[in-house]
Amino acid sequence: MIEEILALATREIKKWVKNPFLLLMMIIQPIIWLGLFGKAFNLTGLVKIDTSKLPPELTQLIGQQIGQLINNTLNSMFGTTDYFTFMSAGMLSVIVLFTAMFSGMSIVWDRRFGFLNKVLVAPIRRASYILAKVFSSVLRALFQSLLIFSIAFAFGLKPGDAFGPLDMLGAFSALFLLSLGLSSLFVALTVRIKSHEAVMAVANLLNLPLMFTSSAIFPIKQMPDWLQAVAHWNPISYSSDAVRKFILHSQAGLDATQLLIDFQFLIAFAAAFTIIGIMLADRGLRKG
Amino acid sequence: MSAIQTQDLTKKFGKLVAVDHVSFSVKEGEIFGFLGPNGAGKTTTINMLTTLLKPTEGSAAVAGFDVEKEDSEVRKAVGLVPQDLTVDEDLTGMENMLLQATLYHVPKSTAKPRIMEVLSLLGLADAANRKVETYSGGMRKRLELAEGLIHYPKVLFLDEPTLGLDVQTRVMMWDYIRKLRDEQKITMFLTTHYMEEADTLCDRIAIIDFGKIIALDAPHELKQSLGGDIVEIAVENNNLDMTDALASLPSVKEVRNRNGVYRIKVERGEEALPNIIEKVLQKKIKIGRVSLTEPTLDQVYLEYTGRTLRETEGSREETMRMRRYISRVRQ
Repeated sequence: MIEEILALATREIKKWVKNPFLLLMMIIQPIIWLGLFGKAFNLTGLVKIDTSKLPPELTQLIGQQIGQLINNTLNSMFGTTDYFTFMSAGMLSVIVLFTAMFSGMSIVWDRRFGFLNKVLVAPIRRASYILAKVFSSVLRALFQSLLIFSIAFAFGLKPGDAFGPLDMLGAFSALFLLSLGLSSLFVALTVRIKSHEAVMAVANLLNLPLMFTSSAIFPIKQMPDWLQAVAHWNPISYSSDAVRKFILHSQAGLDATQLLIDFQFLIAFAAAFTIIGIMLADRGLRKG
Repeated sequence: MSAIQTQDLTKKFGKLVAVDHVSFSVKEGEIFGFLGPNGAGKTTTINMLTTLLKPTEGSAAVAGFDVEKEDSEVRKAVGLVPQDLTVDEDLTGMENMLLQATLYHVPKSTAKPRIMEVLSLLGLADAANRKVETYSGGMRKRLELAEGLIHYPKVLFLDEPTLGLDVQTRVMMWDYIRKLRDEQKITMFLTTHYMEEADTLCDRIAIIDFGKIIALDAPHELKQSLGGDIVEIAVENNNLDMTDALASLPSVKEVRNRNGVYRIKVERGEEALPNIIEKVLQKKIKIGRVSLTEPTLDQVYLEYTGRTLRETEGSREETMRMRRYISRVRQ
């Protein structure tokens, strides 16, 4: 069974790697995202005070005490005084969401081109096909997150002073769980859909709400109560939080309690949707 | 043992009965043709026999295994060459074949030699490491056929194997299909719209319409069932009328003499012709010209399915699929 999954996943990856246009778009897209959201949407910049324009007698007071106050507020809201860093960490999860959304698209094409039938008449488990789709999508998502992380770093992401390779590993395990769950979710949604327009509609319906009801680009604490309630059920909040905690790892240490909650939620999410995906595969892929 | 055996095989989609209590059997090593208008139930039948669809009623066994209860055994024993081109254009012929080999659990050690064997059999060995993009329509179709052969199937299902191909490529495909039957002893079940394809290729033909089999026999017998062949004999001396003499011959059904050209309706024309000629020569009449015309399978098909044009509901998807297919196969 593992061989079948590998062979089918390799096919997906080969198709993807052999398409230079897709690869190019994949590099350009994160740059646009980071530029637009990270720099144009600079929330912390709004409350920064430009001390050079203040009368000299106030500079001392504003620069130190009020500045301190603002920084404290920012820290409690965002966990950092730099919105770009806050947002980049969340953007890693958003990119995972965007990649996963289209994991189901290739099923529609396989169905249209008859490849699905060929897989279904072969003496293999139907779950192999689904898992191959999910794994290739996870691989793509993680690769793209890695890319966006490197670009964010070049654009001025400021990791915590104790940030190290282990934090990187921690952040990417959170992203792995998120992409496993989301890819399975979207694959499960598309097993029975026969037109790619419908897949686009489903993806477009879900992407922005999922992004804005999470803590990916805006802190949960500042949301209205009802939105907070939604955000607490959104897996992207948990992965954003975990990734952010690892990236901002400072000498003060990691918040182990919150990380444990994040990972518990993400593991439950990934496991549940992978199982649902496999269960739907057998009945959903069969026609009639 | 029959390669395929069905008993009252039925598939309903809601109220529509796509396949209606169909029973037939296909012998081992036979090339069996399935003819019928669009929407007659050909592909639905193939889908049930290859375990893609569950029958609503009735039963079917392929290679001795029940399609419902032993579906995984059936899948191991059959190969499907689908109507669509499913080979991946971005991959090479070899890569396509290797994927197929994995899906059919052909061990790694034997996969490559087997692939080369199948590819040479179909004249694709030289193109094995080229991307499928560079293949012609006929080569793609043959690669599709090669994929269906990877696991030594006992029964091969071919859904419209030569659709959209030019005449040369089509004749070549026929040769390959015959070769596979003769050399590999594979039973072939094929659907087609081309009458001459069914006529030259198939040992037996079933005509299916509105989900029911309305005729099933060897092509020759089906043509005979239309009422026989036409023999025409032109004699050089028309003084002596032979109409009654010829009509008295066994198997002759009707004789008409029009100015020395006898038009004789006869069963099994090729067997009756020597007797007819002998009879004419006995009367010391010189023959100027003889012709024997068999009815074509086209006539048989129209006789059974009627001449009315089918205004079946064509789905947008079906039309798109067809256009895409034709444009790819004609590359």
